[in-house]
Amino acid sequence: MLVTERKPVDEIVGFLDGEKRVFLLGCDGCAAASGTGGEPELAALEAELAAAGVEVVGRKVVDFLCQKALIRAAVRPLAERLRSVDSVVVSTCGIGIQAAATVLDVAVHPACNTLSLGGIRGEWQGEERCLECGQCFLDATAGICPLTACAKQLVNGPCGGAKDGSCEVEPEVRRCAWDVIYERLERQGRVDLLRREGVFQKDYAKMRPPTELRGTRRWAIDLREEKGGEE
Amino acid sequence: MKLSERFADGKFVVTSEVAPPKGIDVAEMLEHVEALGARVDAINFTDQQSSVMRLGSLIAARLCIERDVTPVFQVTCRDRNRIALQSDLLSAAAIGVENVLCLTGDHVTLGDFPDAKAVFDLDSVSLLEAASALNRGVDLAGNELQGSTDFCLGAVVTPEAEHVDLQVIKMEKKIRAGATFFQTQAVYDPEAFAGFMDRVRPLGVPVMAGIILLKSPGMARFMNRNVAGVRVPDALISEMADAEDRVAASIGIAARLIRDVREVCDGVHIMPIGWEGHVPAVLDAAGL
Ligand code: SF4
Ligand code: SF4
Repeated sequence: MLVTERKPVDEIVGFLDGEKRVFLLGCDGCAAASGTGGEPELAALEAELAAAGVEVVGRKVVDFLCQKALIRAAVRPLAERLRSVDSVVVSTCGIGIQAAATVLDVAVHPACNTLSLGGIRGEWQGEERCLECGQCFLDATAGICPLTACAKQLVNGPCGGAKDGSCEVEPEVRRCAWDVIYERLERQGRVDLLRREGVFQKDYAKMRPPTELRGTRRWAIDLREEKGGEE
Repeated sequence: MKLSERFADGKFVVTSEVAPPKGIDVAEMLEHVEALGARVDAINFTDQQSSVMRLGSLIAARLCIERDVTPVFQVTCRDRNRIALQSDLLSAAAIGVENVLCLTGDHVTLGDFPDAKAVFDLDSVSLLEAASALNRGVDLAGNELQGSTDFCLGAVVTPEAEHVDLQVIKMEKKIRAGATFFQTQAVYDPEAFAGFMDRVRPLGVPVMAGIILLKSPGMARFMNRNVAGVRVPDALISEMADAEDRVAASIGIAARLIRDVREVCDGVHIMPIGWEGHVPAVLDAAGL
């Protein structure tokens, strides 16, 4: 199971960069077990966003957000409401966020950092992959993970090695991640996102799961059970 | 001499490139340094070019300085993490290196150790940030240094990339991170290059057009097929194919390109790829 932590609300509001109307998506799988993506957590996130002046138009917890078919089915009745928002905030693991970004094809912002596999890998059929970097960059990359989709894990733009849209490393099988990111942003009319100030630096310390969480196979669930009393 | 001072003097700056040897016999490399050094403002030393393991660019730069020729120390992010990169930059400053070109680097799969671990801890942009920090007397983490560096920092850009917009966006990031000049991937179409220059001139940073000497029509076709962002027009390929004297044709093409791009940019970076000996003739023919 993928273990996630909620990003601070200020970081999420920073991603919105002035967007005022959002929809929240959560996940009843690993994210709910991690205490980040279930219904109570979405309600809490909605309150935090409201306090920061962001209108939450609606929220939906999908059974497994890593399953694109389930996302498609879940959002079908919500199509109209989704059209009326500036963006969608997704509170789950990197794979769920990438899957939502692909299915919805609108601006999607991550509300979580993915910390670890927690011993057992969730099952999914899609091509999305997450490296549990603990510092989710998906907001800056149109919901395409630069750490798994780019052969050099480049977070500040392409390397210049792409040829005919293919990555220099495995041109037969791998499209240049930044090519795909660019195309998606162009389609969404959001290329300016790439012009945002600031240079990303990967923080590898965040790839090590927090000390108190290490040492047990099912530590995420254990932790949640332990913490249960405090909530 | 820092390249930035040359640009400030309004000079059309000329650099060339020498690859350190695979091995420790530096005699040929030094011959090239001496032959080119008399004619160019600085010589770039490539950093394990194409991911092929060679003598290091840092030592090559030092040997160059000892011959009174200015080096441009090329640094890629493929083989070192941020600790080693910053340390090598400090070492470079200590041995007299003034110009540094920061690149992401090719992936290891392209070279002779495809089984190596590719590092890419930093990328070209964050490497520029690290070098800029050292120039300010601190490291990337903000720790104070005993004596700071004073590098002139450069970076690369590919004018004929598929999404030129993406190249320009990254170029802007590199400038914000401290790049003060750019060397480009090989240019063969002066008109297209002039269009690119129109786009990036407002950024206010000098750009040196990359010139790769064409050795044969086969090489041109190979680059068109395999090298990202390089487009040799058919007319040039035919010109090479029809030539009786390929060396003369190659020199003629390069000199013509240099004269054309000279109108629109701030310098040229000549990559001879084995034809170092012909660079003086190219410069003569280009009137430089
Ligand atoms: S940036 Fe990629 S690796 Fe990091 S948490 Fe997001 S999806 Fe996972
Ligand atoms: S070609 Fe694209 S995907 Fe491949 S390493 Fe370069 S930027 Fe990354």
